[in-house]
Amino acid sequence: MSGGEALSWLLVVPLLAAIATLLAPGRWRGWGSLAALPLLWLAFTPVLAAFLHQGTLTTPLGGWSPPLGIALIGDGLALGLVGLTLGVFSLCALFAAADPDPEDHSHLWPLAWFLIAALNGIWLSGDVFNLYVGLELLGLAAVGLVALKGSAEALAAAMRYLLAALLGSLAYLIGVALLYAAAGSLALADLAQLDGGDTTVRVALALMAVGLMLKTALFPLHGWLPAAHGGALPAVSALLSALVVKASFIILLRLWLALDADPLAVVAAQAIGLLGAGAVFWGGWMAWRQARLKYLVAYSTVAQIGYLFLFFPLITGTGTDAARLAWDGTLLMLFAHALAKAGMFLAAGNLVRAVGSAQIADLAGVGRFRPLSLLSFGIAGVSIMGLPPSGGFTAKWLLLQSALASGQWPWLIVLMGGGLLSAVYVFKVLRHAFVEGPTRDTFRSPPTAAELAALTLALSSLVLGVAAHGLLALMRPDALSAVLEGAG
Amino acid sequence: MSRVIVAAIASLIITIALALAVLERPTPTLSLPNLASTAITPGEAGVLHPITAVLLEFRSIDTLLEIAVLLVAVVVALALREAQPDGADRMGLDNPLLHAVVKLLLPLMLLVAAYLLWAGSTRPGGAFQAGAVLAGCGVLLRLAGTSLHGLERPRWLQGGRVLGLLVFVSVGIPPMLAGRAFLDYPADLAGGLILLIEAALTLSIALALLSLFRLAPPQSDSPAFPDRRKRRRA
Amino acid sequence: MSTDLFFAWIGVALCGLGLFGFIVHHHLMRRLLAFNIMGSGSFLLLVGLAQDGRGPDPVPQALVLTGIVIAVASTALALVVLRRWYRVSGESSLPEDV
Repeated sequence: MSGGEALSWLLVVPLLAAIATLLAPGRWRGWGSLAALPLLWLAFTPVLAAFLHQGTLTTPLGGWSPPLGIALIGDGLALGLVGLTLGVFSLCALFAAADPDPEDHSHLWPLAWFLIAALNGIWLSGDVFNLYVGLELLGLAAVGLVALKGSAEALAAAMRYLLAALLGSLAYLIGVALLYAAAGSLALADLAQLDGGDTTVRVALALMAVGLMLKTALFPLHGWLPAAHGGALPAVSALLSALVVKASFIILLRLWLALDADPLAVVAAQAIGLLGAGAVFWGGWMAWRQARLKYLVAYSTVAQIGYLFLFFPLITGTGTDAARLAWDGTLLMLFAHALAKAGMFLAAGNLVRAVGSAQIADLAGVGRFRPLSLLSFGIAGVSIMGLPPSGGFTAKWLLLQSALASGQWPWLIVLMGGGLLSAVYVFKVLRHAFVEGPTRDTFRSPPTAAELAALTLALSSLVLGVAAHGLLALMRPDALSAVLEGAG
Repeated sequence: MSRVIVAAIASLIITIALALAVLERPTPTLSLPNLASTAITPGEAGVLHPITAVLLEFRSIDTLLEIAVLLVAVVVALALREAQPDGADRMGLDNPLLHAVVKLLLPLMLLVAAYLLWAGSTRPGGAFQAGAVLAGCGVLLRLAGTSLHGLERPRWLQGGRVLGLLVFVSVGIPPMLAGRAFLDYPADLAGGLILLIEAALTLSIALALLSLFRLAPPQSDSPAFPDRRKRRRA
Repeated sequence: MSTDLFFAWIGVALCGLGLFGFIVHHHLMRRLLAFNIMGSGSFLLLVGLAQDGRGPDPVPQALVLTGIVIAVASTALALVVLRRWYRVSGESSLPEDV
C-alpha cells in the first residue's frame, strides 16, 4: 500500500500547471506548458516503478479511507491509461506550441491542463461521485476547447456538445443518487457488494449507462460529436477523440464489472453490442460521405467507438477464454484508436494548413509537397483499417477470437465489414491527395515539429500491434479476475 | 409534433423507472452518518460541523475539483470575449435612489458574507454561500452603475480568481512531502488551514461568479449580425 | 410517508418534467431551464432517498452543495456560449441539421 501517495502528483501537477498558465501572459503559456510536461512524466515514473514492484497502489486522499473518504486507486488499467494520456497530450502540446500564431489561442493551455487533471482523476478515482465531478470538469473543459475559436460554427458545436454533456452527467448523477440510497456508500468497491438483480440497482445502472453512452457518442447518441471534433483546432480534436470520449467509456466499463450479477445483463449487453455495430456501419458510411477532411476523421471516431462497445456482449455471460480475449482486445482497441486517431487529426490539421482548405477535394497534389504529413495520415489509417502489423489489427484479431470462442459469430461481420468501410474512407483521402492536378502549385508548410508530432503518434499506433503483449499483461491482473469470478 | 411524443415517452419512462427504483430500494448495510459522527471528534477532524467536514475533510478533493470547474467556466468566458470583442459597455441604471439604497445595503451584505464564512465551521454556512453573497453585492453594484476600480485591473482580478484553487492545492502538498496523503493536513493545524482555504475560496468564488456575469456580452451591445443592424437602421 | 421520502418523490417528478422540457423545447434558454429543473430533481432525490427513515445524513447534503456549484458553473458557461451564439447568429436555438 505504501508508495501510493505519489499517485496524487498525477492530479496535482496538471492542476498547478493550469494555475500557472492562468497567471502567465498569453505568449508564455505554450512554451511554459512544454516546460511543465517533464514534471508530469517525472510524477508518473515513480508511480509506474512502484506499481511494477508491488502491484496496485492506493492512497486515501486527505488521509480518510473509503467509504467516508475518497481513495485514488492505481491499478494496471488506470496506470496504462495515465501513460496513454501523458503520451498523447505531450505530442498534442508540442503540435499546439509549434503553431506560428500562439497568441490566437492562449486560453487553450489552462483548459487543456484542467482537461488532463480531470482525465487523470477519472482514471484513478474509486468513488462514483468523485467520478461525476471529474466528468463535469472534463466535459466543461472540452466544451470550452471546442468553443475557443468563437465563430458561429464553433459556438453551435460547443452548445450542442454542452447540452449532450450536461444531460449525460445528470443521468449519471441520478444513478449515483440511487446507488447511494441502495448501498450507503459511494466507493466502487462497496458498490460491488450490491445485488445486481435489484430493481433500484438496475435502474441506476441503466441511467448511468445511457448517460455515459451519450457522453461517449455511441450511435445513435453521436449527433453532437462530428461538429465538435471536426470543427475544433487540430490539437483539440486529437485530445477529444483520443482521450475524452474514452473517459466515459472506462467509467461504464468499471461500473459494468462492479455490478455484474444480473441475469438481464446478457440481454442488455447484446443490445449495447447492436448499438456498437450500428455505430461501426453508420459512422463508416457517413465518414465516406464527408466532403471536409476533419469531419471525415470525426465520423471515423463515431465508427471506431462502436468496436469498443462490442466489449459488453463479448464479456457478459461468456466463458473465461472469451472474456479474457474481449478484455485484451477492447483495451488494445482503445489504445490503438487513441494513438492512431490523434495522429490522424494532427496529420489532417497539417494537410489542411498546407492546402489552405478544409475540403478533401482540394488535397490534390499535396502528396508530392507534404509527403510526411500524408505518410502520417496513411500510417494512422493502417491502424484504423486494422491491417497488420498495427495495434488496430491485433485488437481486432483478439476481438475476433473472442467472438469465435463465445460462439457469437455475427460480431465477426461487424469487425470485418467495419474494416472494409474504413478502408474505403481512408483511401478516399489518399486518392485525392495523390491526384496530380494543375489546379494548385502553392502550398504552405506546417511547422516541422507539428509534422513530427503527427508522425510519432501514427508510428506508435503501428508499433503497438507488435508491442501489445507487455502492455496488456500490465493492465490485465486484478480487474479481470473479478470479472471471471462473476462469469464463472 | 413528433418531438412532443418523443419527449413524452422519454419523460414517462424515466418517471416510471425512478418511481420503481424509489419503491423497491433495498436497505443499505453501510451507514456513513455513523462513520462521520465518530470521525468528527475534537482533535481528529478540523471542523465540527458535519457538512463542512464532508466538504473540506473527508471529500475535500471533490470541493477542490469543483473550484476548478468554476474556473473553467471563467476561462471560456474570457476566451470568447477575446474572440468576439464587445462594444462599449453601457450597463447600469443612472438612478439616484438605487445608488443610495445600494450604498446603504452594501456594508450589511459584506457583514452577512463574513458571518456565513465564519459560521461554516460550526453550523450551516461556508465558502460557497459567502462567495455567492459577495458576488451578489458585485452584481448589484454593477447594475447600479458603480464601478469597482480594483476589479478593472485584469491582473489582480485573475489573481483573485485563481487564489482559492492555489491555496487549496498548496495546503495539500506539504503533507505529501512528509510522506502522507494529499490534503492530509495535520490534525492540530486542520482548523486554521480549513479556515484559510475557505477564506480564499470565498474570494475566488465571488470573483468567478461576478466575472461570469460581467463577461457575457452586454445587453446594450446587441447582435452583430447584419440583418438586425439593417432592421434597426430602417 | 416521511418528509424525506416526500422530497424524493418530488425529485422524481421534477426529473421527468425537466427531461420533457429539455427534449420538447427548441429555445436554448428554455432547454437550459429544463436542465436546471432536472438538476434540482436529482438533488432532491439524492438527499431525500438517502435520509428516508435513517435520519439526517451530512454526506448527500454535502454532495448536493458540490452539485449546486457545478450546476451554477455549467449554467453560467452555457449562458455565456448562448449569448455569444445569439450575438453572431441572431438565433436562439440550434440549427436542426447535423
